[in-house]
Amino acid sequence: MEIYSYSFLILLLPALSFVILALAGMKMSHKTAGLIGTTSLGLVTVLSYLTAFAYFGADRLADGTYATIVPYNFTWLPLGNLHFDMGILLDPISVMMLIVISTVSFMVHIYSFGYMHGEKGFQRYYAFLSLFTMSMLGLVLATNIFQMYTFWELVGVSSYLLIGFYYPLKPAIAASKKAFIVTRFADMFFLIGILMFGYYTDSFSFSFAGNIVMGEGTTPFIAGNAAKAVAAAGFILPTALVLMFIGGAGKSAMFPLHIWLPDAMEGPTPVSALIHAATMVVAGVFQIARMFPLWVEYAQPQMSIVVWVGVFTAFYAAAVACAQSDIKRVLAFSTISQIAFMMVALGVSLPGHHGVLDNHAQLGFMAGMFHLFTHAMFKACLFLGAGCIIHAVHSNEMAMMGGLRKYMPITNITFLISCFAIAGIPFFSGFSSKDEIITACFAYSPVVGWIMTGIAAMTAFYMFRLYYGIFWGTENVEAHEHHTPHEAPATMTIPLIVLCVITMGVGIYSTIAGFAGWGGSFGQFVNAEGTNYTIHFDTQIAATSTIIAILSICLATYIYKGESQPIADRLYKAFPKLHRAAYKRFYQDEIWQYVTHRIIFRCISKPVAWFDRHVVDGTFNFMAWGANEAGESLRPWQSGDVRQYAVWFLTGTVALTLILLAI
Amino acid sequence: MANTVMFIILAVLIIGSALMCVTTTRIMRAATFMLFVLFGVAGIYFLLDYTFLGAAQISVYAGGVTMIYVFAIQLVSKRTLQGLEERVKSSKMIGGGLVALAGLVVVSLILLKTGFFTLAPANVEVPMKEIGTALVGAGKYQYVLAFEFISLFLLACIIGGLVVARKEKKEE
Amino acid sequence: MVPVECYFALSALLFFIGVYGFVTRRNLIAMLISVELVLNAVDINFAAINRLLYPNGMEGMFMTLFVIGVAAAESAVAIAIIINVYRNFHSDSVDSIKNMKW
Repeated sequence: MEIYSYSFLILLLPALSFVILALAGMKMSHKTAGLIGTTSLGLVTVLSYLTAFAYFGADRLADGTYATIVPYNFTWLPLGNLHFDMGILLDPISVMMLIVISTVSFMVHIYSFGYMHGEKGFQRYYAFLSLFTMSMLGLVLATNIFQMYTFWELVGVSSYLLIGFYYPLKPAIAASKKAFIVTRFADMFFLIGILMFGYYTDSFSFSFAGNIVMGEGTTPFIAGNAAKAVAAAGFILPTALVLMFIGGAGKSAMFPLHIWLPDAMEGPTPVSALIHAATMVVAGVFQIARMFPLWVEYAQPQMSIVVWVGVFTAFYAAAVACAQSDIKRVLAFSTISQIAFMMVALGVSLPGHHGVLDNHAQLGFMAGMFHLFTHAMFKACLFLGAGCIIHAVHSNEMAMMGGLRKYMPITNITFLISCFAIAGIPFFSGFSSKDEIITACFAYSPVVGWIMTGIAAMTAFYMFRLYYGIFWGTENVEAHEHHTPHEAPATMTIPLIVLCVITMGVGIYSTIAGFAGWGGSFGQFVNAEGTNYTIHFDTQIAATSTIIAILSICLATYIYKGESQPIADRLYKAFPKLHRAAYKRFYQDEIWQYVTHRIIFRCISKPVAWFDRHVVDGTFNFMAWGANEAGESLRPWQSGDVRQYAVWFLTGTVALTLILLAI
Repeated sequence: MANTVMFIILAVLIIGSALMCVTTTRIMRAATFMLFVLFGVAGIYFLLDYTFLGAAQISVYAGGVTMIYVFAIQLVSKRTLQGLEERVKSSKMIGGGLVALAGLVVVSLILLKTGFFTLAPANVEVPMKEIGTALVGAGKYQYVLAFEFISLFLLACIIGGLVVARKEKKEE
Repeated sequence: MVPVECYFALSALLFFIGVYGFVTRRNLIAMLISVELVLNAVDINFAAINRLLYPNGMEGMFMTLFVIGVAAAESAVAIAIIINVYRNFHSDSVDSIKNMKW
């Protein structure tokens, strides 16, 4: 237990650096601010790794699980039966998330030294990055759903601040508002879900079947009495869980609440890497993983909602990504698609028809978490690489790029490796995780399995379309005459290399381990039951998915590699409307605008506003008017005329006398 | 018998003068009628065997206060004393009249309802010696405190009047 | 002996004549004169009650005495104020001191 007593530092250090940079940042030089932010993050990373080694290195308990350790938990707000706690919880998925968040954040901090060099507001940027890191860490270390919600909102605020970083520009402000409003709207459902959950189960704690080791002086959990909720009204608990899922869907950009994520690319690219690829957008997935025991036991039929929302989102995002021309948008839609993969993995974690927890149940959960881990690494690498490219070419559009492999070799190699990873080629990390997901899907239902395989093929296709569009293809000579693109400085390429090394390392080890049955793979640390599960690849599915991926890559190569793309142009001419619709993201934004403006604003908001302004305000205005009139009518009594005063005086005296007489 | 006659004469004098006092338009006449009222009231005191009081009334009130008023009238009015006129608004007259009438009615009702026991009068005036000892005596029902107080009060009023009415120093 | 109710009637009449005068008149000094009438009516009341209802005490007489003294002082101060008003407003009408109205 004593080993984990420093774990509060993981939350405290970023908070401190945020406060210091926020209050005194403008007085420091850029370098000092950056160093403060990066150093605190470095310390957090070291602490996270230490925690992970200590946690996973510790002996397993008798039933084969890792103990859930709670070093700190104190009551923040007691409310009769319920109480809001704040604390730190260490459990396989939260420790895994610690590693992910701290690694990616640290890389982004180093990267930003180079990317944001010379920007106005450098210190503000680092302050917000620290705030975000602290919020995300607090979210994953939460001991109860309410603490998670608190940090959830904090994460949303940090995202808003960071997307709107270039606030003098209108698109940035519009994007940050959109992100905040859409996620806030989804969080309304989350909150309703939490309240229902808390009210009916008398507790906000997650239910932990395993052993909990509480630290000294911590408030013990009141385990949620889920059976009571079920007894009260059978549909309450599933409804609450589904509402919480909707909140998570908003944060994780599931259809139709995904509209904010492409626009969020208005923020600086390292922010996109950190928040909108690796950490914040996976909060929804993490939430379901956290509540997984409850889902499994009480909301089995509702898991199909999760599955189908995920499947549709994955398909939609992949289709749109094939037609985008802005490289960050392609990556954004790719993120949406991959997160949908993770959601589907969690959703299929129960065999659809058996309702019995056996080994299959573990597969989807573990695959989803594994994919979260690997996706964070390679997607961050992709985004950071995109940042290097944007830094070199000063534009996001693919039209300005092409043939950059000559100028930017390191970025080229790292981008290529990450593209292989996302496509699911063996010996790259994406293969193991994606393969496990597809295996789990096939165990759930073959239809879902084939759909996901098809989407994986589309993923490979559009990622390589992107790759060839940037690094091969026709060079934009006129633009290069003015400003020759050059490789990014070392501060920007080193994080790329580190992330690639992690991707390759994890990939190679897990591929070999999966085929040879070695220990030490991901499944041993994180899975639904908490026990020691060794990943074995299903050779059939692995082979199928690999072949399909390679075929897609070849197709993309064939279409996009050359100097000109005749096939692409012919397809474009043949289906102009389809291309246009895909380019405009199938008019999703327009639909939302229509619904909100025409329907909600006109039919609901305007009458309510009218009511508020005229009836509610009118009542108070009327009372004020009445008081005013009363005063005005009494005013002439103060006439200054002594004789009138005397008359009133006498009248009063006479009246008083009469009253006294009568009494 | 003589008392009754005397009382009636004095009452007529008083009421008549009072009425004229409040209805005349010329201020100097009002002051004069007030003087008559004061004399009448002094007579009432004499009728009640309060000789000291009557004397004080004549010397202080009829003598001093009336003089103050006459001087004030002369200082304040712009026009000559004879030509002083004043118009009265009829609405004010009616309003005032009503109020006064109402009050009078109430007071009369009270008077009529209450029964008074007239004790037999002594028909002897209060001896001066008694008045004197009571005025400056410090016993239980004696008035030295009130006497001292009123002398201070008079002093304060005189000084106050002087302060209020002095001419402002002209700025050089 | 004259019954005490007559004295009361007399003083009541005098009192309300004074009130009427105070309310009706516009000249400041005339208003003051009316106030004097009121005070005198009260004096008659005190004296009559003392003499006819409580002949053993002397309170009423002393009250009257002091009222006379106070009335004199009060007239002096009031006249001083009126003189000041006349100096500032150049008018002896009560309408000129309406500055304290709303």
